[in-house]
Amino acid sequence: MAQNTTQQTLQQRLEILADAAKYDASCASSGTAKKNSLGGAKGRGGIGSTEGMGICHAYAPDGRCISLLKVLLTNHCIFDCHYCINRKSSNVRRARFTPQEVADLTINFYKRNYIEGLFLSSGIIKSSNHTMEQLVECARILREEYDFRGYIHLKTIPEADPGLIHQAGLYADRVSINVELPTTSGLARLAPDKDARQIEGALAKTKSRIIEAKDERKRFKHAPRFAPAGQSTQMIVGADNASDADIVVKASTLYGSFGLRRVYYSAFSPIPDASAVLPLKRPPLMREHRLYQSDWLMRFYGYAPDEVAQATDSHGNLPLDIDPKLAWALKFRGQFPVDVNRASKEQLLRVPGLGTTAVGRILNARRHRTLRLDDVARLTQSIAKVRPFLVALDWRPTSLTDRADLRALLTPKQEQLELF
Amino acid sequence: MTVQRANVQNVSLGAHYTVHMPAPDDFAFWRERARGLIQCDVPPDRVSWVEPGETGDLFAHEGHSRGEKRLPVAGQEAPPVRASKRFMQVARNAALHSDTERFGLLYRMLWRLQSNPRGMEDKADTDVRRIEELDKSVRRDSHKMHAFVRFREVPSDTGEHYVAWFEPDHHIVRANAGFFMRRFANMHWSILTPRGCIHWDGETMRESGPAQRNDAPSGDPIEDLWKSYYASTFNPARLKVGAMMAEMPKKYWKNMPEAELIPGLIAGAQAREAGMVAAGEREERKHPATFGEIGDAIAACRDCAIATCGTRAVAGEGKVDAALMIVGEQPGDHEGKAGRPFIGPAGQMLDEHLERAGIDRAAAYVTNAVKHFKFSWRGKRRLHQSPTAKEIDTCRWWLEAERAVVKPRVVVALGASAARGLIGKTVSVSQARGKAIPLEDGSELWVTVHPSYLLRLDGKARVEQAALFANDLAAIRARLTELEA
Repeated sequence: MAQNTTQQTLQQRLEILADAAKYDASCASSGTAKKNSLGGAKGRGGIGSTEGMGICHAYAPDGRCISLLKVLLTNHCIFDCHYCINRKSSNVRRARFTPQEVADLTINFYKRNYIEGLFLSSGIIKSSNHTMEQLVECARILREEYDFRGYIHLKTIPEADPGLIHQAGLYADRVSINVELPTTSGLARLAPDKDARQIEGALAKTKSRIIEAKDERKRFKHAPRFAPAGQSTQMIVGADNASDADIVVKASTLYGSFGLRRVYYSAFSPIPDASAVLPLKRPPLMREHRLYQSDWLMRFYGYAPDEVAQATDSHGNLPLDIDPKLAWALKFRGQFPVDVNRASKEQLLRVPGLGTTAVGRILNARRHRTLRLDDVARLTQSIAKVRPFLVALDWRPTSLTDRADLRALLTPKQEQLELF
Repeated sequence: MTVQRANVQNVSLGAHYTVHMPAPDDFAFWRERARGLIQCDVPPDRVSWVEPGETGDLFAHEGHSRGEKRLPVAGQEAPPVRASKRFMQVARNAALHSDTERFGLLYRMLWRLQSNPRGMEDKADTDVRRIEELDKSVRRDSHKMHAFVRFREVPSDTGEHYVAWFEPDHHIVRANAGFFMRRFANMHWSILTPRGCIHWDGETMRESGPAQRNDAPSGDPIEDLWKSYYASTFNPARLKVGAMMAEMPKKYWKNMPEAELIPGLIAGAQAREAGMVAAGEREERKHPATFGEIGDAIAACRDCAIATCGTRAVAGEGKVDAALMIVGEQPGDHEGKAGRPFIGPAGQMLDEHLERAGIDRAAAYVTNAVKHFKFSWRGKRRLHQSPTAKEIDTCRWWLEAERAVVKPRVVVALGASAARGLIGKTVSVSQARGKAIPLEDGSELWVTVHPSYLLRLDGKARVEQAALFANDLAAIRARLTELEA
């Protein structure tokens, strides 16, 4: 199984195990408890800090932020999930790290300010418990031996012993369990070794642990923190035939039932040595982006899941050329235009092109003046986009919202490719 | 701008004052002077704020070297100066901006706040906007400093010393010392910049004057590992150069070791993705819709190693709309030669059992999970070899094409390979046999052994296993009758 492992250099293994981890979309390092490395048990202070906002230390040419050292402990796996490059039947090169090696890499990178911390996941080796033990051991070395106070995200294995998962949450800032696919049938087809009920059971258990730990901290100052940055999950988009509406509804159920901080969407991307069951063509990356936007609508703009679903087409998919908020507004034109000087916060938040910041600015500025279109222009990113939906002191969008070609007017022009 | 204001000053009454800042980031100093000037009722257009190294306003009433001494002093009874919380919040940052007008702008705003205490709330006001812009770009610069400072290790007497070179746009170095101290408390480090340097030795923070790039080390042994990580974590299927450039503008690249890889990664990305997609191009085609097309396409298939060793493809055969589909593992020597499934010894064994169980083979559709014969040469004989999971999964696409045409109600998998071809997962026959497994198209799967297994057994074991096989077939027969009823 591990023929070549011993001859591989650390660098080669890092290449294999970072490559294997890159399909996981999550990389956030924010929203955890504030920690710094001044003082402490060993007198001279430790290393690392978290100050609320995570920091992206670099960006890859795929536009994604690099904030954490995201690697697998090993890409050997006894599972055979079709969408996964590391599945048992795949022919990828295999490698493994020891927990000590991962801890050393993390510290070395951290000391040079390359990263905010570690995101550690793993293929399932030997058994779920054995794998989970190794993940926990790595976090233990970092916390206890290096006195590391930066960010740690551990992927937990749903089948592992609850005691181990509890340990993981005590060392980590965030834990996550991937639901993998938006439908149970998709999971059955593409991840035959996984079990939707078990995954959701594990999410529920972690949720109650987080609540318990928070509760204890209210009563006892020194009660240990359990995953202060909460838990998150990931769904793969485009590997099965679930529509955007299905996905949005699933995501909102997940947020509701398991108190998740984030649901990540990962557009299924063609992987080398793909399984024949998969569509090899990737879904448009824009689809993933539209799903994140719809996620935003639900979390920050007060849209209900079924309202997001209203913005989808007859197949239940969000339009790719315009954002979901604009799509919703075009369907419900009767709600517009909105009077920028009178409308409630909720109404303003529904105006395409107005973000939460712009709405805040408008509400503040309203106390001092009656807004003209020019004033609004100073408070927003692009007045052209919001104009058809707003009434200001000197502006009324005559019949613009009734125009049949409004969508075409607002759809961004085809972009020319960038020169590099 | 300055000249215009000076002209105005020439025709108006009152003195013009110049304040010399001791350091470009000394907010406390500005605050104290601004408070005094407002208490003396000095309007904004009568004050010039001069940074160290800059010359003052030529039209200033008082000489710039002595100007500050002559600033008016407020009396004890002067009213207190007030500023909103929001102003304090943004002014502290805006004062660090490299814009030379910033102190004048802040003073003007502070002046206006005295008559309009809620002035900062009017986000459409140009002064407010400008101050917020300054604050925002200073915050961004600080954030980029937190992110893009890259320490390099240099040997020192005290052990490890980490030194970084950074080029901030604004006067932010001193303001951010605390962040790095809290983060790297047990390290000895220095951050060198053209605007001044900070040094931490684990206990105290020290400042020193501006540095040059050459003062910082140029390499670090860990850098190669980091570059490997950077290159590997990038997914070539998702090239989004614009998104990267927006967050990591080129001006930062020269001091980030990983950035030198970017042009190469971008250039190689499209080729890598095209390669991966081409490798699986078949998947973009639709399933062929008739037996004829399936047969032709299977014959042309070269998607795995088995298909390329020159044997004849064996498609399924049987009734187009059969209620029962029987799936074996792969064609054997006989089948490969004849191009028909289940005609060799195992096929004869199957026929006997089907007949005994009362199942009509002619009314069923018979096929294999893998369409070509996989073998190894043993002398002149072609010896059967089991297909790998990967090969079965590759061939699954054809099996699904056949199922889409036949639409069977019951599918029988003979052996574990056949079962894998249908559900994509390796099952144990002994555990899966004897019960229906629902398939996603609404049909059901029954798993039993492959008849060639019976051929390999002798004596008592053969009798036992044959009986179990007969049992399975009987259960399937019963289920078929039930479904047809």
